[in-house]
Amino acid sequence: MTTPAPQSRPPFYRDVRILSWAFQLLVFGLIAAVVYWLFGNFQRNTADSGIPTNFDFLANPASFAIPGADFDSNESVRNAYVVGILNTIRVAVVGIILATILGILIGIGRLSKNWVVRKITTVYVEVLRNLPLLVIMTFTFLGVVLQVLPRIENSWVPLGLLVVSNRGIGVPWYQDASGLSLLLVLFVGFLGWWLIARWRHSVSDRTGEASRASLYGGGFFIAVLVIGWLLLGASYTLPVVDGKQIAGGIRIDPSYFAVLIALVIYTASHIAEIVRGSIQAVPLGQGEAATALALSGFQRMWNVVLPQAMRIAIPPLGNQYLNLIKNSSLGAGFAYFELTNVTQVTVGNGSPAVPAFTLALVFYIVLSLIASSFVNLANRRFKLVER
Amino acid sequence: MTTVSVTKPSALTWVRRNLFRTPLDAILTIVFGSLAVYVGIRGLLFVFVNGRWEIISVNLKLLMVGRWPADELIAIAVALVILGLWAGLIAGIIAGRQVRKGTSAIEGMTRLERASDLGRRFGLVIATLLLLLSLTDTSGPWLMVLFTFVGGVVGRLIGGQIGVRSLPSWVSRLGIVVMVVIPVWAYLYMASAVPLADWEGFLFNLSSAAAGVVLSFPLGLLLALGRRSKLKLLKGMSIAYIEAVRGAPLYVLLLLANVSLEFFVPAALAPSKVVRAIVTFTLFTAAYIAEIVRGGLQSVPLGQEEAAKALGLSPTKQMRLIVLPQALRNVIPAQIGQFISLFKDTTLAGLALGILDLLNAAGAITQQSDFRGQGLIIETLVFVGFLFWVGSFTMSRESQRLERKLGVGTR
Repeated sequence: MTTPAPQSRPPFYRDVRILSWAFQLLVFGLIAAVVYWLFGNFQRNTADSGIPTNFDFLANPASFAIPGADFDSNESVRNAYVVGILNTIRVAVVGIILATILGILIGIGRLSKNWVVRKITTVYVEVLRNLPLLVIMTFTFLGVVLQVLPRIENSWVPLGLLVVSNRGIGVPWYQDASGLSLLLVLFVGFLGWWLIARWRHSVSDRTGEASRASLYGGGFFIAVLVIGWLLLGASYTLPVVDGKQIAGGIRIDPSYFAVLIALVIYTASHIAEIVRGSIQAVPLGQGEAATALALSGFQRMWNVVLPQAMRIAIPPLGNQYLNLIKNSSLGAGFAYFELTNVTQVTVGNGSPAVPAFTLALVFYIVLSLIASSFVNLANRRFKLVER
Repeated sequence: MTTVSVTKPSALTWVRRNLFRTPLDAILTIVFGSLAVYVGIRGLLFVFVNGRWEIISVNLKLLMVGRWPADELIAIAVALVILGLWAGLIAGIIAGRQVRKGTSAIEGMTRLERASDLGRRFGLVIATLLLLLSLTDTSGPWLMVLFTFVGGVVGRLIGGQIGVRSLPSWVSRLGIVVMVVIPVWAYLYMASAVPLADWEGFLFNLSSAAAGVVLSFPLGLLLALGRRSKLKLLKGMSIAYIEAVRGAPLYVLLLLANVSLEFFVPAALAPSKVVRAIVTFTLFTAAYIAEIVRGGLQSVPLGQEEAAKALGLSPTKQMRLIVLPQALRNVIPAQIGQFISLFKDTTLAGLALGILDLLNAAGAITQQSDFRGQGLIIETLVFVGFLFWVGSFTMSRESQRLERKLGVGTR
């Protein structure tokens, strides 16, 4: 090249910046055209059949009752959605906690030195992981709850504390179970637990004495529960069979039970694999060092290996939690009134389908975003800070 | 692994080490061992003694293909034989190419070892097929499976011959086109015999999962490239689509498709339930495929792209010739995983859209007048669960095998 390159800009049809924007606008225009076409069809078709496309239906009376909730059929659809979301959260939170505990136990079991434990947990994981969740849930609902559990007339009452029947499971509970006072007691308990654990850890870091954070913190938590119960009148009710109903105590709905169990055992099989992989990803030297320090098997797992494994496990665990939240929508097929079921029923009662389901989808996406931001928070908190 | 085994430990030593190492271990062994024995005995009794399996054998056709007209069953048979031939050809070509490259794992095995390898990998599927065949009382299914098997063997032999040769590039390109067209043809051939709207039973679960994964791949690939693109508008749109779909439950999307898809297209196009299910599966799975492909793209070292740039390839050619082949090879196991999960999720279409899929049929047959009110749902669910389990378990093991193989190949 003898002549220096010209300083002027290339013609527009060879200018990368212009070309790339033109390409993007073309793609965007195409997508916009398709969306416009679909939406135009939608407007025309709904107008032809006189179906509303706005959210006015939220103020209409729901005209259906929700079993197990303080909700009567005169209340608005909006309130039905609130009950549905709360029920989704109820099954999701309890499900996530139980699935995590079960999953960690099974994940550890898969690496046990005990042959029987290893084989049983392997069979559990391989069976549950490869079954469709809907098959499992149908089984827990139609198979276990409605067939194995006894009818209400001959319900199973161990020690007079529980009532187990296919109409529900009664559990002893506060007399006046006002949710707010219960939440307050739990909050105080957990706050105390957390503060005591922090204090014990700092003492342990300074002096080197054993922290025993779980012992002190857990003890405080139980003490708060007992004191709270006494302060609230020390009252309790035992569940009893009253004709065709369970009176007293708190009743666990059979649908809730079936959906929860299915979600827990299915998700636990996935969590177990994550936990196993994460434990195997912890360098072997860590466990060997713990053994060399004469820690017991439990101490080695609980204080040395698991904390490091859980750090690796957090992102994939978060995915499983999101799956569990989304999978709770299957409860709609088993008469559990969570968000999807409420939407389905209200659509069946004449609410316009597209806005109603869109609303449900938005709620699910928001729930997922909230859950994943919790997971990200945990991940940032526990991630190894590298130099 | 440095295992220096001097003598094989005696059975007693094994028991002591693996079952009764510590007192806690002994308790675990006894508790869980007796639990396992109890569950195992109950399970065996259920399968061989107590289970009332007439309901399955009477309704086998309904469970497998729904209400597919009996005189059109030949279409399924023809399609299956062709697909058997096709699968055999692919397996043969892959095996032949491995022989040529010297990476074959089965080369050098004796015939017996090869058979036992195949038995370990697919024995469960074969056993399940034989079980299903033993429940039939006509010769049609036997002949169909026999011919499919023969087709597979013939395809494997021919494919093995093709695979070891190096072909001119136009022939291999033509071959690829033919291999892509064959399953599409088989699908359309079956759809021309019986309209898609009437596909039911296990056939629906299998075919719609396959259709969903195949159709969602191009969309997923575009979304993945869009998400990695430097073009901001494209990137933003891809991210919005992927994250919105991944935050939504498939079941709710299916319900939405059930009540609303006809509003979005002209009335003449109003799709059948099966088409609705496949459209939803496609749009849903595309978001997950996009994330899988993105992972694959990230796994290709940057140096590859830089080297391609240094060779003066255009951006399109860099992607098409250098980056994508490596990326897509790495994501095959994850794709199989996605297929398995969609295969399991096809049961949701039965519940959401009222399609008589395998699970729905299993519920429906317990309401037949011969079987109503006998609590046979457990038997039918065990049967349905077993079929799904065999499919997913075999596929997931194959994908693990492939993963190990690919992992070895890249190092």
